[in-house]
Amino acid sequence: MEEIRFHGRGGQGTVVASIILAKAFFKAGYYVQTFPVFGVERRGAPVEAYLRLDHQKIRVRSNIYTPDHVLVQDTKLLATVDVTRGLKPGGWILLNAAALPDAEAFPGFRVAAVDAARIAVAHRLGTRTHPMINTAMVGAFARILEAPPMAALEEAIRQEVPVKQEENVAAAKDAYMEVRVPGQENRQGKTYEG
Amino acid sequence: MKEVVEGSHAVSEAVRLARVQVMSAYPITPQTHIVEALSEYCADGRMAARFICVESEHSAMAAVIGAASGGVRTFTATSSHGLALMHELLHWASAARLPIVMAEVNRALGPGWNIWMDQTDSLAQRDTGWIQLYCEDGQEVLDTTLLAFRLAESASLPVMVVLDAFFLSHTYEPVDIPDQASVDRFLPAFQPRIQLDTQDPFALSQMAPPGCYMEMRHDIEAGMRRIPEHYTAAEEAFASVFGRRYGMLEAYRCEDADIILAMAGTAVSTSRQVVDDLRERGEKVGVLKLRMFRPFPAALLASLAGDARKIAVLDRNFCFGVGGIFAQEIRAALYLMDSRPPVYSYIAGLGGRDVTPETIEEIYVRTKQSERPAPESVWIGLDPAACPVCRTD
Repeated sequence: MEEIRFHGRGGQGTVVASIILAKAFFKAGYYVQTFPVFGVERRGAPVEAYLRLDHQKIRVRSNIYTPDHVLVQDTKLLATVDVTRGLKPGGWILLNAAALPDAEAFPGFRVAAVDAARIAVAHRLGTRTHPMINTAMVGAFARILEAPPMAALEEAIRQEVPVKQEENVAAAKDAYMEVRVPGQENRQGKTYEG
Repeated sequence: MKEVVEGSHAVSEAVRLARVQVMSAYPITPQTHIVEALSEYCADGRMAARFICVESEHSAMAAVIGAASGGVRTFTATSSHGLALMHELLHWASAARLPIVMAEVNRALGPGWNIWMDQTDSLAQRDTGWIQLYCEDGQEVLDTTLLAFRLAESASLPVMVVLDAFFLSHTYEPVDIPDQASVDRFLPAFQPRIQLDTQDPFALSQMAPPGCYMEMRHDIEAGMRRIPEHYTAAEEAFASVFGRRYGMLEAYRCEDADIILAMAGTAVSTSRQVVDDLRERGEKVGVLKLRMFRPFPAALLASLAGDARKIAVLDRNFCFGVGGIFAQEIRAALYLMDSRPPVYSYIAGLGGRDVTPETIEEIYVRTKQSERPAPESVWIGLDPAACPVCRTD
């Protein structure tokens, strides 16, 4: 079983990001379970969501404490939230950031960055001050995890996003191509799988 | 077809497929998503139903009582304080023998204000004459909601379908959503026994003086006593169409178990995993899933769990001055046995506190290591630092 934790702020579509990924993994043959950490949701307040993936029925229904990977929709959260809390060694940390952080910022983990805000604005998703970055983030995440396939993700986005479906799919594809990992500054040019 | 849906929407889909005719509800977290979807279905024509907006849960129940008296299929949903506010009318619905179905999302009562998982709200309604069924996953929520209509209508008693706040209501997972034709085969149109008619007016639920009140109460109890029969028949019909059945209780790996863990809700699902893990390590443990709480299937419980050496009950609820509510019921159910296992009572997971595999394993280990149960319920995971003015000693 793999466990993923999403960090974001109320209004950023963090829970929707977890649902899109869950539906895409389900389409790709996985059993999935996703749920938000329900607190006092206000715009701007830190929020979390969880996603479990397995090849058999998932029976554990408690919160996730030791995720395999985390997705961080707002790097300003890093100042107040320990996004590595319980994160398994070697796990991915995907940041919504224009550039990768210093190599020593997250020792023991794999870090990836995607400029989801720029991609969202380029596709007119949200506004410059409040870009809707969740579809770009899941596109990038699908690349670093090497799953789910883009076709499944595309279908899930169309199903889950109520407006601007084409723009959201395009944002996910751009982020898939542009996500950066150390030693491979720009992955542009690789073709989509699936 | 299997789809990834939220537990709340598993309820809404079942209500849509059941062709409910009148709904009324007042929104309360964490029930809101159930009725939001249903109100959309009414607005966009996916349901040929009337959604009556009201100013309180008391009025919501009054509205469905009125509609059910008019002979139509009815539904409502609530949670916590909303259910508490309905209390008076819960008695009314069952005593009028109305087959209303209600989804009840288990949530804590305040103060301190708390929107999270806790079973005390539904269990506090145990004396209202409603059938209560507890669920552990999204599929069971959908199936139980469909089953509830058939059960309610065959028994002329209302049914409460109970699901955990967030751990079930807000959790997305694959759920097989049946097609309308299959549901229609399982659940034919409601045939009311009594139906108010504006062309031929008469009054219902009038004064019942001492000369007949007791007989009316006895008749409701006779109806309750027949629930296992109605339930089994409804489950047979359900299984013949959909291939799934749940039972009033379910004993998972209990046959040779020394210790049986008993509980209701999503903790059952987590416990299945814990039981499998403990079994791998050679521990003889099983889990008894408490699905039907009213009527309480006491004889069945005694036959499924009576041979264990010990029973450990995990209650996500509390009755002040007594202890865990399921533990009390289980002790009473075993009382008529010549020899019976001791019942260990544990309190965990109140007000949204997580019940993890470790919580369940701790309960197992404590039970295994203690010779006899403590006289009072044992609270698991109390943190003295969590509330500076609370006494946790």
